[in-house]
Amino acid sequence: MTTTERNVVLHVDDVSKNFGGLHALSDIDLEVEEGQTHAIIGPNGAGKSTLLNVIIGRLAPTSGAVVFDGQVLTGKKPHQINQLGVARVFQTPEIFPDLTVLQNVMVPAFARRDGAFRVNVLRSVEREAALRDEAEAILEDVGLADRRLSHAGALSRGDKRRMELAMCLIQHPRLLLLDEPTAGMSRHDTNTTIDLLQKIKARGMTKVIIEHDMHVVFSLADKISVLSGGRIIAEGLPDEVRGNIKVQEAYLGGAHRLEAVH
Amino acid sequence: MALFQLSRRDALILALFALVVVTMPVWTAPFGANYPGLMQKFAIYAIFAIGFNILFGLTGYLSFGHAAFLGVGSYTAVWSFKLLTMDALPALLLAVVISGLFALVIGFLSLRRSGIYFSILTLAFAQMSYNLAYSVLTPITNGETSLQLTLQDPRLIDLAFTTRGAGLPTASLFGVTLSGLSGFYFCAVVLLIAFFFAQKVFASPFGMMLRGIKSNQMRMSYTGFNTRPYALTAFVISGMYAGLAGALLAVTDPLAGAERMQWTASGEVVLMTILGGVGTLIGPVMGAWLIKYFENIFSSFNEGILSRFFDFIPAPLHDTVVAIASKFVGEGWQLTLGLLFVLVVVFLPGGIMEGVRRIGALFRRGNPPKAGAMRVQPAE
Repeated sequence: MTTTERNVVLHVDDVSKNFGGLHALSDIDLEVEEGQTHAIIGPNGAGKSTLLNVIIGRLAPTSGAVVFDGQVLTGKKPHQINQLGVARVFQTPEIFPDLTVLQNVMVPAFARRDGAFRVNVLRSVEREAALRDEAEAILEDVGLADRRLSHAGALSRGDKRRMELAMCLIQHPRLLLLDEPTAGMSRHDTNTTIDLLQKIKARGMTKVIIEHDMHVVFSLADKISVLSGGRIIAEGLPDEVRGNIKVQEAYLGGAHRLEAVH
Repeated sequence: MALFQLSRRDALILALFALVVVTMPVWTAPFGANYPGLMQKFAIYAIFAIGFNILFGLTGYLSFGHAAFLGVGSYTAVWSFKLLTMDALPALLLAVVISGLFALVIGFLSLRRSGIYFSILTLAFAQMSYNLAYSVLTPITNGETSLQLTLQDPRLIDLAFTTRGAGLPTASLFGVTLSGLSGFYFCAVVLLIAFFFAQKVFASPFGMMLRGIKSNQMRMSYTGFNTRPYALTAFVISGMYAGLAGALLAVTDPLAGAERMQWTASGEVVLMTILGGVGTLIGPVMGAWLIKYFENIFSSFNEGILSRFFDFIPAPLHDTVVAIASKFVGEGWQLTLGLLFVLVVVFLPGGIMEGVRRIGALFRRGNPPKAGAMRVQPAE
C-alpha cells in the first residue's frame, strides 16, 4: 500500500499535554484512516482518556494540534467539533437523566438537522415523525426499544451506555470516539455491543476506541496503538501488537493474558 | 398554520384553563377574592410566573432579578401613556420590546456564569436597577414619588384626535376604558395568550433543547449545541413576560414605582414557581394565585372573623383557639405562607402539581388501565 492510497481522516500531530509537572501525554503522533477502527490500549493512567479529551476539545494540548479532515480541531469549542462530525461516548455515560430514552436520542438528531442553534417553537416535537422514527429504529438496533418511554436516569449503567451510543449513532458522525464502551456490561451485553459496532463498521464509520477488554479490542480493531506513560510505545495491526513483547510487559502482564482471549 | 397548532392534550388544557380564568369572578366569590383589583393581580402575576418558569423550569437557570424586568415594563408603559396614548396595546408592545432589550443585556452578562454565580449576578443587576431608579435615573423614574400621569402630559397621539379632558385619563383599549372588570378581562385575555405561547415553547424542539441544558449542559455541548444562545433566548423570553406583566400592572393602575424592582419581588416569583411546581405549565399559575391570595385576603383576616369562624367550639376553648389562630392570619400571613412553603418543599418537592399528580395516580391505581395507558406500548 502506498501512502497516497491511505486516506488519513484524523491526524494527531505531535501532541503533548502537561498538568503542572506531570507529562500526561508526550509527543503523540497518531493517524487514523477513514473507515477504520483504531484502538488505543494501555494500562491505567497511560493517558488514554486525556488523549480523547484533547481530540474532542475538552482539554487544550500544551503543544501540538489535532486535525480532522483538513480542519484543525485544536482551539475549537466542543459543539463546533461535534458539528464537524465527531461524536463521543464517555467513560461515565453522559446522558440527559431527566428526559425519556426516546427524547435522549432525539435531541442529538435535532443538533444534526438544525445545527448548533435554532429557535424552533412553531412545530411541536410530536410532529417530528421522521426524526422519531429514526430514533426508534436506532433504539431497536441497540436493544432499548422497549425502554424508550422510560426515564433515562432510571436505566442501568449498561443500558445508559447503549443509549449514549445510540445518541451518537443518530448523528451519523464521521468519527466516533468510544471511551470504554463496554465497561460495566455483562458478557451478553458486551457481545451485543460488539455486533453493533461491527455493523457500524460495515457502514464505513471511522472509530477511535479505548478499551480494556482485549476480547472487544481484537474483535473490532483494524489497528492498535499502545499507550504507556503518555507515550505511544507500539503501534500496528492487531497480530503485530499481540506479538510485541514490549506491549506484553507494559500492559498485558505476560503472554498468558493474551492466550486467554484467543 | 403551524403557529396555532397544539396537540390535542394541550388544546384541552388550554380550553380548561380558559374556562377557569374566564369564570374567575364566580369561583373566587366564596373565598372573598372576587373583586377586580385582586383578580387583575391574579392574572398579571400568573403571566410573570409563567414567563419566569420558561427560564427556571426549562433551563434550570435560577434568576433572582426578574423583578427588574417587571419594573422596566411598568415604567415603559407609563411613559407610553404619558407621551403617546392611553391605549393599552402600544404600552404593552413597547414594554415587551424594551424589557426584552434590557433582558438581552443583563442575560448576556449573567449567563457567562452558571449556578449560584448566575443567580448572584442577576440579583446584583436587579438591585443596581432598583437603586439607579431611586438615584441617577430619577428624570426617567421620578424617584420616590413614582412615575405618574399628570394633567400636562403631552400624549401626542391621543391629543391629535381629542381634546384634553378635565381629570386624569384611564387606560383604554380602542376607546373602551380598562378598569374594574373590563381591566380584569383584558388581563385575562393577555394571560391566555401568554399561556398559549408557553405551551408552544414547552412542546417545541426549542423547549426540548432547554430541558437538555437543564439536564446535562455538558452533553448538550458535545452533542453539537451552542448552549449559551439557547439559554439567552429563554432569558429574554422570560424577561419579556415579566415586562408584559409590569405593563399590565401599569394598565390597571397607571403608576410605576421602583419598589416593584426590589429583590423581595424577585424572590416572590421564585416562591410562586417552586410552590406551584417548577417546569410545569399550570404550577406557576397556581403558585401565583396562592401567594397573591395570602397576601391580599389572608392578611386581612382579624380576630373578629376568626371568632365567628370558630363559633362551634365551646366557650372556654374558643378564646384560646382564636388567640393561637390569630397569630397565623392578619399580619402573621407570612408565617402561614412560610410554613406552607416548608411543607411543600419537604413533602412535595415538585410543588402543588406533584400533589395533583400523586392524587391522580392514586385514582388510576384503583381503575383498570384505560386507553391512554395502552398507547404507551403500541404494536411494533
